[in-house]
Amino acid sequence: METSVLNLPEREYLLPGNRTCAGCGLSIAYRYILKALEGNAIVAVPASCLTVLHGMYPTTSVLIPCVNVAFPSTAASASGLVAGLKALGRTDITVVGFAGDGGTHDIGIQALSGAAERGADFIYICYDNEAYMNTGTQRSSSTPLGAKTATTPVLGKQQHLKDMPRIMEAHSVSYIATACPSYPADLYDKMRKAKTKKGTRYIHISTPCPPGWIFPTKDTVKMGRLAVETGMVTLYEMEDGVFRLTGRSRSVAERGKLKPVGDYIKLQGRFAGISADNLKELQTWVNSRWAGYLKRA
Amino acid sequence: MAGKKTESLIITGNQAAAIGAKMSRVQVIAAYPITPQSPVTEGLSQFVEMGELKAEYVTVESEHSALSVCITASTVGARAFTATSANGLAYMCEQLHWAAGARLPLVLACVNRAMAAPWNILNDQQDAMSQRDTGWIQIYARDNQEILDSIIQAYKIAETVYVPVMVCYDGYILSHTVMPVEIPRQKDVDRFLPRYKPHTILDPSDPRNLNQVTLANPRLNSIGSLCHGYMELRYLLQEAIEGCSETIVAVDREFGETFGRSWGGMTWSYRLEDADLILMAAGSLATQATVAADELRAQGYRAGVLGLRVYRPFPKQDLIEATSKAGLVLVFDKSISYGNEGPICSDLKSALYRSKSRPVVHGYICGLGGRDIKVRELTEAAIRSLLWVRETESAKPTEWLNCQI
Ligand SMILES: Cc1ncc(C[n+]2csc(CCOP(=O)(O)OP(=O)(O)O)c2C)c(N)n1
Ligand code: SF4
Ligand SMILES: [Mg+2]
Repeated sequence: METSVLNLPEREYLLPGNRTCAGCGLSIAYRYILKALEGNAIVAVPASCLTVLHGMYPTTSVLIPCVNVAFPSTAASASGLVAGLKALGRTDITVVGFAGDGGTHDIGIQALSGAAERGADFIYICYDNEAYMNTGTQRSSSTPLGAKTATTPVLGKQQHLKDMPRIMEAHSVSYIATACPSYPADLYDKMRKAKTKKGTRYIHISTPCPPGWIFPTKDTVKMGRLAVETGMVTLYEMEDGVFRLTGRSRSVAERGKLKPVGDYIKLQGRFAGISADNLKELQTWVNSRWAGYLKRA
Repeated sequence: MAGKKTESLIITGNQAAAIGAKMSRVQVIAAYPITPQSPVTEGLSQFVEMGELKAEYVTVESEHSALSVCITASTVGARAFTATSANGLAYMCEQLHWAAGARLPLVLACVNRAMAAPWNILNDQQDAMSQRDTGWIQIYARDNQEILDSIIQAYKIAETVYVPVMVCYDGYILSHTVMPVEIPRQKDVDRFLPRYKPHTILDPSDPRNLNQVTLANPRLNSIGSLCHGYMELRYLLQEAIEGCSETIVAVDREFGETFGRSWGGMTWSYRLEDADLILMAAGSLATQATVAADELRAQGYRAGVLGLRVYRPFPKQDLIEATSKAGLVLVFDKSISYGNEGPICSDLKSALYRSKSRPVVHGYICGLGGRDIKVRELTEAAIRSLLWVRETESAKPTEWLNCQI
């Protein structure tokens, strides 16, 4: 049964007052993820905005044990937690590796691929704000075509983004899901499901970022919705290889159609001045990805 | 009880290391193959698959991940082990700092090998020496028995002072050479090395945030106590490492009482009592230098050997005392700090700065990339150095032994 926002658990593990920017999509996502984990988890966090969210020594506003780990090492560090806990006979705790897109698609992909191939027993969460935000919005391999970043400052990014969930699919992991904090119940349910599975589980969350994408802080939820409604982000899950659209993506597929990509990117400063060619190319890319999802669903 | 009913095996240094880890009852192993270390990882996976060792063996995809696994496994309270060589150790560099900074009592067997480029799989000590500033204790073993014994000792040291320990031994010269090794009885090892008791633990019942961003200055926590800044944490690490020689010596002494063998603690010596000429080195080269000392004695020189067992912490006071009666010390380094000189040589010189009776120190770079070092070359170097001291006023520049340029 699908959870609705009205019956999400009330207990909070992310206390008010953290160091993320106003309107941070990661912060919203993290709140629901921690609700789903119910505190019985250990999180490995590499260098990223999530490090910042967790606060500076000696205080933190997060009620979950967290170990900070080296930037490339999230999945290996999570593997070590799993191995250490198992060696001590503690198998009741959910281990979570939680990294940004840079820490996942780029510097952490080797460790993640290794862990996924071994089927290491943890949930890997990639929160995707589509650039290296913590170091000042440089491009990552998850930055979309045409977006300006600190390292694509004039022309915007010249390549499409890397489809990380598909790479994880090639590892035959037990569960893959995509999510967006604009749809918290969908995110919550996917986390709950991931928790019941064994082996490596991969959750990819699109987290809008007001300063990095350049939009007003009040528009985070709206931006996430538009990402889904334009097909820039698609909500789905794959259980043991079986693909299923979920939530808003499913309803768009069943009784509607995608909004034009322009509706989404015109609200974000990072796409300001995008060339007509790139805009067209972005739409073509969305259309073909969407067609692929529809075929699989 | 010493030596009673123990078994003696003829084994390689790598086998000795694997047995040392097994007898230390390591709970998590993560390692990645590299020559000449691979037989350690292979040996341990054999122990685990055969059910002889109850441990989680994580077959990682790289050395960076190997040490990452050990770091978090240790953080939740497991005793963890890894082993590597050369480029593998360099690949771990970020995590070497991390393990020490996080004060985790890991043990790493470093099978010393030359660093690329160009590729070379043979022995020198550049790999470990290049990582000397990462905050690890470094022990250099001189034979296979010392490898096994030092790994067991290393856990006891690490878990007392919460500093990781690297047990270094020479690739091929020890790693692939068989010699008799006495295998201690497991129950004696268990008594000597009790279970690991972690100082901090990650547990949902007491959520903490470990190794979070720490500012330069101390800060107040939520109940108003002042907590360390980054600089204080660094000071405490330095204090722990500088102060751990007492622990290293005590652990070696207790080991001797339990097993009937000890290794000299920080340093060891050979015919040093009346020596005027000292040959100094770390690892198997120091063992070889004892043969050179005998040869020199036969030729009428009062020669002895000062073996450096522990390189970090650097045993300054021991070295001052051991060299105070000598006129000349020759340091044979199997690595170099490029642009300066051999690291053991420069560290010795800096230690001797505050000594009242300073001997002359000559540095030799030798054995790089597996270049053979013959006893004759050591004795000839000694005689050249003696001549230099007699005939020349100026300082002798570092000499590259048997470098054919
Ligand atoms: C080995 C290493 N290289 C570079 C860095 C610097 N660094 C810290 S966070 C970061 C970017 C993080 O990007 P991402 O994973 O997308 O997380 P975000 O900051 O966007 O949340 C970089 C490059 C580092 N900490 N370690
Ligand atoms: S930069 Fe973006 S992702 Fe990072 S804290 Fe700010 S809003 Fe959140
Ligand atoms: Mg990012």
